[in-house]
Amino acid sequence: MPRLLSFAVLLATWWIGSLLAGDAKLPPPPTVFATMIAEARSGDLFFHLGVTLARVALAFTLAMSVGAAIGYLMGRVRLADRLGDPWLILLLNLPALVVIVLAYIWAGLTEVAAIAAIAINKLPTAVVTVREGARALDASLDEMATVFALPRWKKFRHVILPQLSPYIAAAARSGLSLVWKIVLVAELLGRPNGVGFEIGVAFQLFDIPRLLAYSLSFAAVVLLIETLLVQPFEARASRWRPRAA
Amino acid sequence: MRLEVDITGKTFMNAAGEQHDVIAGVSFALDAGEVGVLVGPSGCGKSTMLRILAGLDHDFQGRVSRPVSARIGFVFQEPRLLPWRSVEENVRLVVPLVNDAKLSALFEILELDTHRNHFPGELSLGLARRVALARAFAIEPEFLILDEPLASLDAALAARLRDQIAMLVDGRPVITLLVTHDVDDAVRLGDRLFLLSPRPARILADIPIRAPRSQRGDAEVAAIKLDIMQRINGGPTGRDAS
Repeated sequence: MPRLLSFAVLLATWWIGSLLAGDAKLPPPPTVFATMIAEARSGDLFFHLGVTLARVALAFTLAMSVGAAIGYLMGRVRLADRLGDPWLILLLNLPALVVIVLAYIWAGLTEVAAIAAIAINKLPTAVVTVREGARALDASLDEMATVFALPRWKKFRHVILPQLSPYIAAAARSGLSLVWKIVLVAELLGRPNGVGFEIGVAFQLFDIPRLLAYSLSFAAVVLLIETLLVQPFEARASRWRPRAA
Repeated sequence: MRLEVDITGKTFMNAAGEQHDVIAGVSFALDAGEVGVLVGPSGCGKSTMLRILAGLDHDFQGRVSRPVSARIGFVFQEPRLLPWRSVEENVRLVVPLVNDAKLSALFEILELDTHRNHFPGELSLGLARRVALARAFAIEPEFLILDEPLASLDAALAARLRDQIAMLVDGRPVITLLVTHDVDDAVRLGDRLFLLSPRPARILADIPIRAPRSQRGDAEVAAIKLDIMQRINGGPTGRDAS
């Protein structure tokens, strides 16, 4: 209920805003929804959303798996940490735009360049978060696993991974929002499809209803994935924790 | 099967970079079926010694020989359970092939049967300790290490658990090493008591108890306790070392 209410407040604010600013700058909700339905009917909306989602999924998976592995290594092995740290600081502070432009210049306006650029933007935050988790591993549980001669894989799965999972969840959460933002820029700059491309076109034509139609559909998809996928996963991973009152 | 310990020295560096001697010289041997008890003031290096014996700490002078690849059951001073696994999963994790009936019997003895599906965070410290005991017993260890296993349990339960430990130890040829500062537990469970000095630890006395555990009457226990108390408190060695 409170969610619905806050959604209604958003719609009302939008409508009032459009009355004040005029249709040309901020079209009212019905105009935008009509555009959305038209785009959905023609299939364009789903095509572009699908393309963007596929890029997000690929770049996110790539960045999370590579980032978690590097982060774990850096948290456990001092030498790896020393060697990797300058690179990490560089990548962390490199603007997304620079990475995307350089990727397109070096690898051409290709799918690989786009996905790599998005993944590289997300990678360092995953590394930093998982490294923190690997540093905080409980040495006393490690000793317990050693004394009771747990096999390596079992130890990783039952002793180490559960300790890392809140950090991995945090990295996934913050990383996903980063990827949502960056994927549109990458599409705008060098892809012939996807939500970012459509928004670029709408911008050039000053087609505000279309711009809003795509932005809002995209936001709806993000919201859906967050509530249906990310939050249940987090709840499951932390089910052993005593519930907060 | 035999445990031979000859630790001639163990030092460690604290955060400020100062060197501390923890163990000065400890040597003893234990055979399978024997219960050795380390009794000493807190902070005298008992836990450090157990970590060395369990193979967790290799940075010491001297020699420890224990049966190769012996199954070790370790009850740590704090329970060290996996908070994200249930009580039963915690035990099954270290003994994947455990016999269900045996596990049930063990849970019943330790009065854990109603807590099988609880997470460690939902248990009191006393219960968590019992789970740690169940885990160490379940693997049917050849070398059992107990670091203050009965601390913070109520007297009745502690006595029952003590009997359970005694039963397990008598039933199988297991080398057992118990650390405690409860002299009563030490006398009732041990076959040999090693009295330790304050840090750096040395063995002050090696006291064998010849009567079988089941036949130690209250009077006998009291007599041995008196003897030990005198050695700890009244003996000249206890004084000048502190």
